[in-house]
This record gives sequence, C-alpha cells and structure tokens, in this order.
Amino acid sequence: MSNLDKFNSVFAEVFEVEKSELGSDFSIDNVDNWDSVTQLSLVSDMEDEFDIMSDSEDILEFKSYDAAKAIVAKYDINLND
Amino acid sequence: MISNMLDNKVCLITGSGKGIGRAILEVFSAQNATIYANARKEGDLDEVLEHLKKTKAEIIPVYFDITDFAKVKSCILQIKKAHKKLDVLVNNAGMVSYEILGMINFDKFREMLEVNLVAPTYLMQMASKLMIRQSYGSIINISSKVATEGVKGQMSYSATKGGLNAATLSAAKELSSNHIRVNAIAPGMIGSERLKNIMEDKFEHKMNDIGFGRLGTPEEVAQVCLFLASDLSSYLTGQIIEVDGDLKL
Repeated sequence: MSNLDKFNSVFAEVFEVEKSELGSDFSIDNVDNWDSVTQLSLVSDMEDEFDIMSDSEDILEFKSYDAAKAIVAKYDINLND
Repeated sequence: MISNMLDNKVCLITGSGKGIGRAILEVFSAQNATIYANARKEGDLDEVLEHLKKTKAEIIPVYFDITDFAKVKSCILQIKKAHKKLDVLVNNAGMVSYEILGMINFDKFREMLEVNLVAPTYLMQMASKLMIRQSYGSIINISSKVATEGVKGQMSYSATKGGLNAATLSAAKELSSNHIRVNAIAPGMIGSERLKNIMEDKFEHKMNDIGFGRLGTPEEVAQVCLFLASDLSSYLTGQIIEVDGDLKL
C-alpha cells in the first residue's frame, strides 16, 4: 500500500466515507462530522500510521484534506510515491 | 514499601535533580520501574544517579528545559520509540518566588507561568498522546497548598499553581474516558533545601501554623506520588491532595 493509500484510508476510516469522496473540497467547512474530536483522532491515527508526532500548531491546522497532506509531508512522509 | 508497585511501568519525572523531584525519583527507584529522570542541565543528576546506582529500577537521565517544546517532544518520541508507551508523568519541575503584590516582577511572573503552567500543560498533551493509545496512564502534577488557599507574599506563584490545579481538574475530565487519571499533590511546608535557604531563621515562628508541629519531608510527598502513580489509586482522578500535616496558611 502506498503512503497516499494509507493516508486516504485513515481519512476514510475517521470520517466514515468512501475514499472517492476525498479531495480538495473535503474540509472542516463542508464535512458535517469534522469537529475537534474527529480532528484529534485524525491527527492521532495519522501519527500512528506514519510513526510521527505532530507539533501543537500543526494539530490545529489539520482542517482540510489538502492541509493534512501538506502537514504530513512536512514530517518527511512522501505522499507521491 | 512493597517493591512492585510500579512493575513494568514507564515513568517520566521532570525536575528530578533536587528537592521533591529527587525524592520522587528515589522513591520510584525502589520499585521495579523504568524511569526517565529529567533535569535542566547536563550533570544535574550525576549525584543522585551515583546514589541510586544499585537500585532495581532502570533510570534514564534526560536533560532539557521543560519550556523548550522541541526538546519535550523529542523526549516523548524517545520514550515512544523505546517502549511504545508511557504510564506515568510526574510534572514536578517548577519555580517559586516570594513577592507581595506591590513588588511583583512581571518578567519573572511570565517566566514562572511558562514553567509552572504552560510547560506542564504541554507535557500533559504530549504524554496523553501515548497514554490514550493504551487506555491507561497516571498524570501527577506537583502543585502547592498556596494554590488552593492563597497566601500573603506569594501572589504570583500561587496564581501559577492555581492554574495548574484548574488544568488538573479539566484534564481529569477530558481524559477519564481514556482511563487516564490526573491528580495533583499540594504540598504544605516541606523541608527541602530550597525552602530552608529562603526561610532561614523563620522556621520557628512558622512551625506554630503546622498542626503536626514540624515540616514535611520531600519523601513524604514522594510517597503520595508513588500511591498516585501505582494501581493502588486506580479509581482516583481529579483530586488535589494536600500533603501538609494540617498547615494553616
């Protein structure tokens, strides 16, 4: 499974959606169950999946699919392979 | 003291080079635990480690300033890599000042807020990440009797510790569903070197305010800490435990 597949699986599991629904418009503004609790589980599941530990500022910025991608990439996880 | 109270538990104690923190390190060391002992400066733990070299616990010194978040994080990562878990966090490191309202040094007050409240909160955040994964953990914040009752001449210090008490109570509520206990210990007048140096010559007069008629010892605080760290306190959370020999402030 590629890193991007793993990344998408975490999203799909946390938000209980199909991977096909994920994309640039998947964000806190238009996903009903995206609140601080799901955001924290999203971060925590990403940390487990990629064995990273996010800084507090990054946790606060996990507000969209694209933002999450950029943050995870910051921790040297290549999502393009 | 039963020596298996912390069997296989991984603990992190901040500020363990002297005073109450050192006593906590010593008391925990008599148990079968893995202890990450923090102190600010390299070498600050040399003496206590020499003293504890025959102990059954595994002690790993970790030197960093708790207000340096990057260093705190790398310590938590080090623990995660080595053990995949953290069972006990003792937020002990702190600073103290003695100033009446009109004499408060606000730069010092800000620094004290950082050390006594902001950094311990960050440590709770980081530690709870590991604890949540295992649905288990005990966080112990070392507060002060002056935080619950107030005292003349320590307004800024008492405010920082009052904040820590409130953080303890809120964290206990947030983390109870993850089976993480969060409690604070509020020591009264403890005969640590720090207090002795500051209060020199004033003890006699203060002794009248203590029901037990004597200062507490760092070990007496550490033993309560051991109780909170161990499974003997498995159903206890959100408590501020005063260890004060009936001190009236």
